[in-house]
Amino acid sequence: MLITELKSTETLRELLKGKVFVLNCHGCREIRFPEAEADAFQAELTAAGVVTGIFTTEYICNDENLGYTLEPHAAAIETADTIAVFSCGVGVQTVAAMYPGKRVVACCDTYALPGYQGVTPLEVDCKQCGECFLNLTGGICPLTACSKSLVNGQCGGAKNGKCEVDPDMECGWERIYQKLKKIGRLDALKCPVQIRNYATDDEVTKR
Amino acid sequence: MRITELFDNGEFVVTAEVGPPKGIHLEHLVAEAKEYLSGITAVNVTDNQSSVMRTSTLATCALMKQAGLTPIYQATCRDRNRLALQSDLLGAAALGIENILCLTGDHTKMGDHPGAKPVFDLDSVSLLHVASTLEKGTDLTGNPLVGEPPKFAKGAVVSPISDSVDAQLAKMERKVMAGADYFQTQAVFESEKFIEFMEKAKQFGKPVQLGVIIPKNAGMCKFMNRNVAGVHVPQYMIDELAADKERAKAGITGVEIAAKIIKECRPYCQGLHIMALGWEAKVPELMKLAGI
Ligand code: SF4
Ligand code: SF4
Repeated sequence: MLITELKSTETLRELLKGKVFVLNCHGCREIRFPEAEADAFQAELTAAGVVTGIFTTEYICNDENLGYTLEPHAAAIETADTIAVFSCGVGVQTVAAMYPGKRVVACCDTYALPGYQGVTPLEVDCKQCGECFLNLTGGICPLTACSKSLVNGQCGGAKNGKCEVDPDMECGWERIYQKLKKIGRLDALKCPVQIRNYATDDEVTKR
Repeated sequence: MRITELFDNGEFVVTAEVGPPKGIHLEHLVAEAKEYLSGITAVNVTDNQSSVMRTSTLATCALMKQAGLTPIYQATCRDRNRLALQSDLLGAAALGIENILCLTGDHTKMGDHPGAKPVFDLDSVSLLHVASTLEKGTDLTGNPLVGEPPKFAKGAVVSPISDSVDAQLAKMERKVMAGADYFQTQAVFESEKFIEFMEKAKQFGKPVQLGVIIPKNAGMCKFMNRNVAGVHVPQYMIDELAADKERAKAGITGVEIAAKIIKECRPYCQGLHIMALGWEAKVPELMKLAGI
């Protein structure tokens, strides 16, 4: 099972620039979604007049299905500068991969709970680290895309863009670098030194 | 002596790398280092290099120091978590070992214990940050250290010929932000590419030591091209080594190739880092031929 919790409102206010399209995923049954907190925060956004649309659905990790369900919202998404995704880490990564030209913001941190974990039929994965890094890494999870789960950039082991551990696997940090470059967010690499917090029941929201 | 003092004086700093054996007899390693590496500034001691288990780096550094050499303590994040790494950095400083090199380390799957748990609690950047924090008199969580804090020359590595060179430069910048004082590079065989890299790297204002391997033969070069990240030996050098096998075997060709690279790159960097890979005996000759 997993739990998602809202990042701090200060962090969210900082991250959500310009016009915002809000996407909520009420997910699989294995997930607890912070509905009340998300609603309250989204009401604040709406009052501020920056929202181009709010859409609540489920299983956004299924990109094919998500593509269909988002079709009626194409215009609202088009006019938004940022897509604010309220979901687990897999959902955010799916949306970030679908909209490479948009600023896609992870609004939640994903924590693990004991028990069965939802099975996602995708290449992307989330380790439920509890301090989601996706806003610093162009929507690609450094914990699952990098063999060493590095959070401060590429090691010296990449060869021809592949990971030192597995020549069939693309180096996660090469992907992250290229993605940040493509979306004009290389400034994210100038963030402070990142150190994982394994005591994720503490308050540890990463940007 | 911290090697940063030498960089500050504008000296061209030369270091070489030695690897501890898998065993407790280090006399040979120390004697060889004393014989061939006494003429250079400092000796890097590797840390379970390539994820192959070897005798403790810190113990080897201490023996090197006893023998009158200046060791550089290489620390990787593969085998120890943040408690162990801080503890060992303090231990190094207590032994008077103040030159360190902070690395992420190869994955455990690359070595001779592929089933081992890879730690990577920290990485090269956060390890540099940890060393900087200790220098300020606290541990990573802010608990005060007892007495005078340690002072390190904090080194890091960068891979200038990597096919991901932009990502490498971005990481280099993060290392500088985290407190890196100097850099050693992965082995360079293409001077032009190194010079190009230095054009971009000089903005960080930190001394960079050119990494050099003395190529032993064509087979070794082909192996590195296939398997070693960030290393590329051009075909004409491989041909040169293959042309006269006896000459290559005697080390003459390899030393000539390495000396030429050093001469070409010297105006663009602040030092030299030699990875002799068992050819420590050739280091004095290489220095002579390169005019250092
Ligand atoms: S950084 Fe990765 S593991 Fe952590 S919450 Fe985000 S997607 Fe999940
Ligand atoms: S090569 Fe890339 S993916 Fe592999 S461990 Fe290094 S940074 Fe991570």
